Amino acid sequence: MFVAASTILPFGSWLAYFLLFGATLVAARFTGLGTTYALRRSFVALPFALAAITLPFTVPGQTIAHFGGLTVTAEGSIRLLSIVIKSWVSVQMAILLTATAPVHDLLWGMRELRVPRPLVSIVGFMYRYLFVLADESLRLMRARAARSGVGAGRSGGSLVWRGRVAGGMAGSLMLRAFERSERIYDAMVARGFKGDILAMSSPVITDSDRNALVGWVTFLAMVLLIGFVF
Amino acid sequence: MHHTIEVKDLRFKYPDGHEALRGVALSIAPGEKVALVGPNGAGKSTLMLHLNGILEVQQGEVCSCGLPVRKENLGKVRSAVGLVFQDPDDQLFSPTVFDDVAFGPLHMGLAEDEVRRRVRDALAAVDMADAISRVSHHLSVGQKKRIAIATVLSMDPEILALDEPSAGLDPRARRGLIKLLRKLPQTMLVSTHDIRMVAELLPRTVIMDQGRVVADGSTPQILSDAALLEAHGLEAP
Repeated sequence: MFVAASTILPFGSWLAYFLLFGATLVAARFTGLGTTYALRRSFVALPFALAAITLPFTVPGQTIAHFGGLTVTAEGSIRLLSIVIKSWVSVQMAILLTATAPVHDLLWGMRELRVPRPLVSIVGFMYRYLFVLADESLRLMRARAARSGVGAGRSGGSLVWRGRVAGGMAGSLMLRAFERSERIYDAMVARGFKGDILAMSSPVITDSDRNALVGWVTFLAMVLLIGFVF
Repeated sequence: MHHTIEVKDLRFKYPDGHEALRGVALSIAPGEKVALVGPNGAGKSTLMLHLNGILEVQQGEVCSCGLPVRKENLGKVRSAVGLVFQDPDDQLFSPTVFDDVAFGPLHMGLAEDEVRRRVRDALAAVDMADAISRVSHHLSVGQKKRIAIATVLSMDPEILALDEPSAGLDPRARRGLIKLLRKLPQTMLVSTHDIRMVAELLPRTVIMDQGRVVADGSTPQILSDAALLEAHGLEAP
């Protein structure tokens, strides 16, 4: 919702942006992560906003500067700045959500928002086995490193040979992942899996959950109003 | 009372032509605790996978709890035979411990209160009640093994088929596991290389080699036959 609201906001509504930013800080405070937690991590997303870097040069409008052979327009700059701020604030909120809500609850949320069941399961399995797979590739690389001694002659081998080794490792990792997936499927079938992923019904929505939801919606509506009116 | 396993002249060939089982016959009575030992590639795991129909019977006959393992019985057989895989990372595939232990009961179509009760009971039985909302990736191997056992205990099975339960455990975790297995009342078939555990825990031993049962008898008797153990690549305790 937060991300959607921030996307809808028109360009250049600085007051509304400021309110959204304030909201992320308050939320960060509430979660006990500290205000800088999401702030620091959100910078990784900034390079993606650079996709909009051409805007100052391409959007027509009042010229404010010349840059080589290109002209920079005021409208374009405002649009770029707005996009950067909006994406940055949205990323912060997303970071807060994923940092505080256990993956399990996020999966519940996805299920309740009617995200297709198989997709939810895929995300769940991915989260579960990402680490297992990472461990496996780490072991492969360790095994290679452990046998990469330096002999008396020329060491290291040719580039082609090293490429073949790396390719073999990638292949063996894929085979292992494939075999593991078969074993997991067996383990599921052994416990009665017939093709449908079943889940318990959702946790009950409490009054405080409802109040929080109403509060958020009101706040975001207010921000949108400010953004469009001023 | 049909807490039995009946295997008659079971033969199985993998798609690559490898003949894993060449006429296995085995009968296990209610409440018996049986060790299944033998060298790697003897067909132990292949046999285990037949017990609740993961591998389809190609030739011969398998009855679990009095039910022939066939398509129409698979649901019943799978809730009666709890199969615990060797690598707990294969067995624990859900986001949290709770979800994993609830997986079997949910697929049995039980009511949610009953599922919750069974999950709590199963985790209590393996002394892992505190781990209910934890993420399985963050647990130790010993803890994962216990929870893997809980994932089938929650289905209230009559037979437990365990593949290498003590592999990869440190002495303390192994000791804890032996204690746990000793107090479980189910009929048990345990595939293992851990001869000391066999001597301590399982009164009957079956030796498999090259797809056949080559010896079947009381554990003390089999483990004292040094020539027999030697012939099938096993070590005396």
